[in-house]
Amino acid sequence: MNINLTLIGQAISFALFVWFCMQYVWPPLMEALEARTKTIADGLAAAERGLHEKELAQKKATETLKEAKEQAAGILAQAQKQASEIVEASKTDARTEGERLITAAQSEIEQELSRAKEHLRQQVAGIAIAGAEKILKKEIKAADHGKVLDDLIAQI
Amino acid sequence: MSAETLTSADYIRHHLTNLTYGQFPDGHWAVAQNLEEVDQMGFMAIHLDTMFFSLLTGGLFLWLFRKAALSASQDAPTGVQNFVEMIVEFINTSVRGSFTAKNDLVAPLSMTIFVWIFLMNLMDLVPVDFVPHLAGMLGVHYLKIVPTTDPNATFGMALSVFFLTIFYSIKIKGAKGFAGELTLHPFGKWAMPINIFLEGVTLIAKPISLALRLFGNMYAGEMIFILIAIMYSAGMTLGLFGGVLQLGWAIFHILIITLQAFIFMTLTIVYMDMAYQVEEH
Repeated sequence: MNINLTLIGQAISFALFVWFCMQYVWPPLMEALEARTKTIADGLAAAERGLHEKELAQKKATETLKEAKEQAAGILAQAQKQASEIVEASKTDARTEGERLITAAQSEIEQELSRAKEHLRQQVAGIAIAGAEKILKKEIKAADHGKVLDDLIAQI
Repeated sequence: MSAETLTSADYIRHHLTNLTYGQFPDGHWAVAQNLEEVDQMGFMAIHLDTMFFSLLTGGLFLWLFRKAALSASQDAPTGVQNFVEMIVEFINTSVRGSFTAKNDLVAPLSMTIFVWIFLMNLMDLVPVDFVPHLAGMLGVHYLKIVPTTDPNATFGMALSVFFLTIFYSIKIKGAKGFAGELTLHPFGKWAMPINIFLEGVTLIAKPISLALRLFGNMYAGEMIFILIAIMYSAGMTLGLFGGVLQLGWAIFHILIITLQAFIFMTLTIVYMDMAYQVEEH
């Protein structure tokens, strides 16, 4: 229970310990702890950011997908419309062409028919004249009886 | 020590005597062989056991923490590193909670106080006869292995803290401010003598309460261990009972030694904080 030099010795060792702790122990430990705290905080922030970015990307992807689908649908509709238009157009074309061909053929037929009729008429007229010549046994001048002949021809 | 040749009082007295190296009245220095010689030495003596075990525990503390400090990195800590960082974190939280000013000394000071006192107190859990008996076989007759049961150790620390608080008080408030704090409170300048008396008591009470609280607790704890140890020489039944008692007391003591270290540290932080508080006059 005596107070003696030990007191001073203890005070000196205490001071030395505190000095050493302050100089070589506390700062590096504190530094490491703070650095780790910062690293962890940064990591958490980065994770948060990543999550946020992922959400954004997902949203964007969904939007892009939707847009693409819409576009595709638009293109498809347009193509269908175009195709039906083309079909319609070719149908009309074919119809007009057919009609034209029919008309042409009909007119040709009519021409051919009238030509044949004319030819036939002339032949019939010739035959009639020849027949009449023979019947009358007399020269009948075509010029004199032209009116009668024409009437005959018209009757055929 | 063999209890057959000693009375209980001798046994206790023997256990409470430090290994003292000092100056004899005739001027030469030597290790004291008995209590009379210790008394003769007076102030010019040093407790070798207190110094040895306090330096040993302090060295252990610094070695362990320095090792951790060297390997400290941002990576996940392992083993001892983890343990050390836990303590550092704990001290840092305590200091931040009670100490508001900016001072790089307070945190390392608190950590040194906490860990060192804890380690010194921890020596208390070593059975009281174990180390002294070993030392006795080596020719050392007196040995007290718990430095904090020596008031020199507790007062050495408490007075260091006390002078630090005075130093920072004067540094922050100036000599005039510090003197004003002592003389102008709590009754104004017309009651200066009363103020000096009251504030002086407050001031002196700080280191004394710090030192005596720790010393008293540890001394009493040690005493109870010694008393329990006496039972071992009183027959089989009492010896077994003593064993149970010692175990119980040791378990309870784990709480006390930690608590005492924590109280010393917390009060140091509070006193340092008070040194930084500039009061209005």
